[in-house]
Amino acid sequence: MKWQTVIGLEIHAQLATKSKIFSGSSTLYGGAPNTQACAVDLGLPGVLPVINEQVISMAIKFGLAIGAEIPEKSIFARKNYFYPDLPKGYQISQFELPIVANGQIEIETEERKSKVIKITRAHLEEDAGKSIHGEFGNNTAIDLNRAGNPLLEIVSEPDMNNAKEAISYLKKIHSLVQYLEICDGNMQEGSFRCDANVSVRHIDEKELGTRTEIKNLNSFKFIESAINYEVSRQIDSIESGKRITQETRLYDPNKNETRPMRSKEEANDYRYFPDPDLLPIFISDEMKIKIKKQIPELPDEKRARFIKELGLSEYDSINLTINPDIAYYFEETLKITDDPKICANWIMGDLSAALNKENKNLKNNPVSSKMLGEMINLIKNNTISGKIAKIVFEAMWNGEGNAKEIIKDKNLQQVTDSKEIEKFVDEAINENKTQVDQYKKSTDEKKQKLISFFVGQIMKKSKGKANPSQVNQLLKNKLDD
Amino acid sequence: MSIDKSEVQKIALLARLAIGDEDITSISKELTDIVELIKTMNSVDTTDIEPLAHPLELFSRLRTDEVTETDQRENFQANSAETKDGYYLVPKVIE
Repeated sequence: MKWQTVIGLEIHAQLATKSKIFSGSSTLYGGAPNTQACAVDLGLPGVLPVINEQVISMAIKFGLAIGAEIPEKSIFARKNYFYPDLPKGYQISQFELPIVANGQIEIETEERKSKVIKITRAHLEEDAGKSIHGEFGNNTAIDLNRAGNPLLEIVSEPDMNNAKEAISYLKKIHSLVQYLEICDGNMQEGSFRCDANVSVRHIDEKELGTRTEIKNLNSFKFIESAINYEVSRQIDSIESGKRITQETRLYDPNKNETRPMRSKEEANDYRYFPDPDLLPIFISDEMKIKIKKQIPELPDEKRARFIKELGLSEYDSINLTINPDIAYYFEETLKITDDPKICANWIMGDLSAALNKENKNLKNNPVSSKMLGEMINLIKNNTISGKIAKIVFEAMWNGEGNAKEIIKDKNLQQVTDSKEIEKFVDEAINENKTQVDQYKKSTDEKKQKLISFFVGQIMKKSKGKANPSQVNQLLKNKLDD
Repeated sequence: MSIDKSEVQKIALLARLAIGDEDITSISKELTDIVELIKTMNSVDTTDIEPLAHPLELFSRLRTDEVTETDQRENFQANSAETKDGYYLVPKVIE
């Protein structure tokens, strides 16, 4: 391999507060335009920002979870630039003395090796408003509801060497902020977004190559495609004798390409200086100790515990722990029933499929963990088979009651009465004489196929309710007679 | 160090200030004087002195996370040059 890719990521996580970082406006998503923008957010003369304590606590929580330094003193700065969705003409951000510095997390590479990604800093800032171009004739429309929403900008070192590693890192942070309950992680609504700094260099070159920054990335899939596109574009450019320009590029998911944003070269001179409106923040050891106690079991620990104590596979454990809602649902289900593997299969299988299909999540899921657990118990005690359970699950999903009620209403109880099963077996044998003769003359391998054929017939007759192991046993006895 | 004409123009552009050609020479001199003053200040030995982020040696008070503001859009937009459907309208910004 001739080229090495170098990637650093800047993640903007919107902190899950009720009110904005410097004002008492609501942060609720989807409000009518400008109904959640007060005098402070509008930057009217004479207003003063007052920091939301929850924002500070959430940033500290993140810092503690990545083993970072949290200095006693932190300050805010003004980042100056002009844009209509930034009414003050500056964004309140942090430059010197960010609230979180020098943390790290471990990710898993494609080769399933563990790799440490260093996090240079995480700082607090306010979001800008939203500009709408193109829908209002010769005007740009501005909605300032988002202006002043609290953001934690998480800046990594350029420690990632391919798009897969970048995605692995992003998913890790995405999962972590949700476990910490500091960000809802909703990428469609822009609560979790990312800019990627990408460069390439000769494998034996020490210096980093010129980088470009890709903006407008709001799904894992797009981020991966954008990075891959940008890497090949840079390599092609260099190999054909061109030089890479340091610039900001936008990713266009429809064309799967990146292209330069209209260059605002001078605009990158942000002239940061400490914001005179805001006093420094003091973070005491007591605060840190108190916040540390609120940190729940994190995904890595949870995953290890699921493997060790519950005997789940690594694959199942990873899938169950990525999202805290899934992990908690699984743990709740396990309070009702005691078979981790069956629970895992139902949650990752039928439940996930149903949620995806109807675009629901575990917060508006019609099948509670109690309902699922009770249904699994009914599979375990042979009241229903796994196959019938799928019918029961669907009915629970459609709000037709709990498993017991549905089984009763739909008469789905498994048939375990051997007399009744024998009746189905006899019928199947009598109606398929040819197959019976074939069976008698067949090799073992062929016999197995014919057994499946008869089981199918019997299940059809019993409407799937005959106990499969009893059917098998009876059938073999009769055919081998 | 002197702040020359092109530097003045760049700073003016960043600050969105319209400066007439006839003013550039005097502004250039004033800014150069300010930089000279800072140079004098920089000559003081400040090793072991913590940088000052704010003239008041206090720490910030924090606000409880509560929604205290109500919708005042109508009042705010009464002062605005142009609005539509609840949006503020500005001259088209081309990306």
